Amino acid sequence: MLRDAWLVAAKDLRIEWRSRVTVSQIVPFAALVLVLFGFALDANRPALETATSGLFWVTVMFVAIMAVQRSTAVEVTDGARRALLLAGIEPVAVFVGKTAAIAAQLLVVQVLLVPGVIVLYGASVDQWALLLVTCLVATVGIAASGSLLGALVAGVRARETVLPILLLPILAPVLIGATRAFDDALGSVAVDGWAWLGLLAGFSAINLVLGALAYGVLLEEI
Amino acid sequence: MVRLRGVVALLGRFPALAGVDLDIDAREIVLVQGPNGAGKSTLLRVCAGLLRVESGTAEVLGHDLSVDRAAVRRSVGLLGHDTALYDDLTVLENLQFWAAASRVAPESVLPALDRLGVSSRLHDVSVARLSAGQRRRVALAGVVVRRPTLWLLDEPHAGLDQSGRDLVDQLVVDAADAGATVVMASHELDRTVDLATRHITVAGGTITADHQMTRPDSGCDNAS
Repeated sequence: MLRDAWLVAAKDLRIEWRSRVTVSQIVPFAALVLVLFGFALDANRPALETATSGLFWVTVMFVAIMAVQRSTAVEVTDGARRALLLAGIEPVAVFVGKTAAIAAQLLVVQVLLVPGVIVLYGASVDQWALLLVTCLVATVGIAASGSLLGALVAGVRARETVLPILLLPILAPVLIGATRAFDDALGSVAVDGWAWLGLLAGFSAINLVLGALAYGVLLEEI
Repeated sequence: MVRLRGVVALLGRFPALAGVDLDIDAREIVLVQGPNGAGKSTLLRVCAGLLRVESGTAEVLGHDLSVDRAAVRRSVGLLGHDTALYDDLTVLENLQFWAAASRVAPESVLPALDRLGVSSRLHDVSVARLSAGQRRRVALAGVVVRRPTLWLLDEPHAGLDQSGRDLVDQLVVDAADAGATVVMASHELDRTVDLATRHITVAGGTITADHQMTRPDSGCDNAS
């Protein structure tokens, strides 16, 4: 299973590297969202500092939608989904592979966004460990939900518009948990970030298990 | 090899196959013909284990499709209307991926490309830059790489030039001679009629005619 998952993840990441979509479109889009939020709230500097965590994760959500749409499109466009089934790859391996590839792209974007909020919003990091673990755990949850819903909407004609409608509500717990944990990591709001991280970890674990169980059923429904 | 009894398959709620009875033996080259929307492609997808059998019984390569559709897939090579190639990967990367995914030795990729006349200068070209005919050849090479026991070809000559069409014909004959079974759906009867050892006509989701033919160079008995 791990071999096939690695095969799928490596293939997806190679496609992204070749197409340069992450570098030339997703990263600039994320930077633009961050800058525009800054413009919108800069007149009220305290509000911007308080909202930094939320703005960071809302930006990550937007990026996730783009990454999931790409990940789904490469399989749907020329019938590769069907070929994955014919190749005999376990659906759970496809799920893990695609989740890993989406997570890797999201982490690359976050590596650029963290310095972005520090520079643009004047944020300072009090707890790097909490911040880094939150990024990792939240990313796994987002990527797992995205992969699963990507498979769900793959056969839908208007999947580009349906995906955000389904994905954003499901990611609401991630947005809340990651934002609270980040609040603590950035020292902007007095909350117990590690407790919120625990909630986030639970959500991510549920999504991973759910995805592993349900992905095969969705993949079969071409 | 293939044994279908009263098979019904749905596309959405539409019964694309409405009670198909069919037996296909090893080494047969079966031409499936019929008008658009008759159910030809659906028949191939059912045989590939990609479409659920709603009622009836279906056994392909010894596997009961109502119990385990996945079991048959590794032994099947399906060339559909789509090529299942990733635009942003090169020709070689695509076939290497599908070979690895299908657990086939990577050494079989280059001979397959060579067999389909895909020149080495195209190996490192991204698939997005290929012509439709070149894509089709690469997709066919992907089928060859898998060395399937059951070849399911949906309009295999579509988009190919004369030499490509001749290659497809030779591939089909060679596959059957090697012991595989070939089922191909085609509208190009001028090419496929002489190639096939059996003609099946599908209309309205059922088989309306079934004729055994003689392939002059195969030594098959005429049992029409």
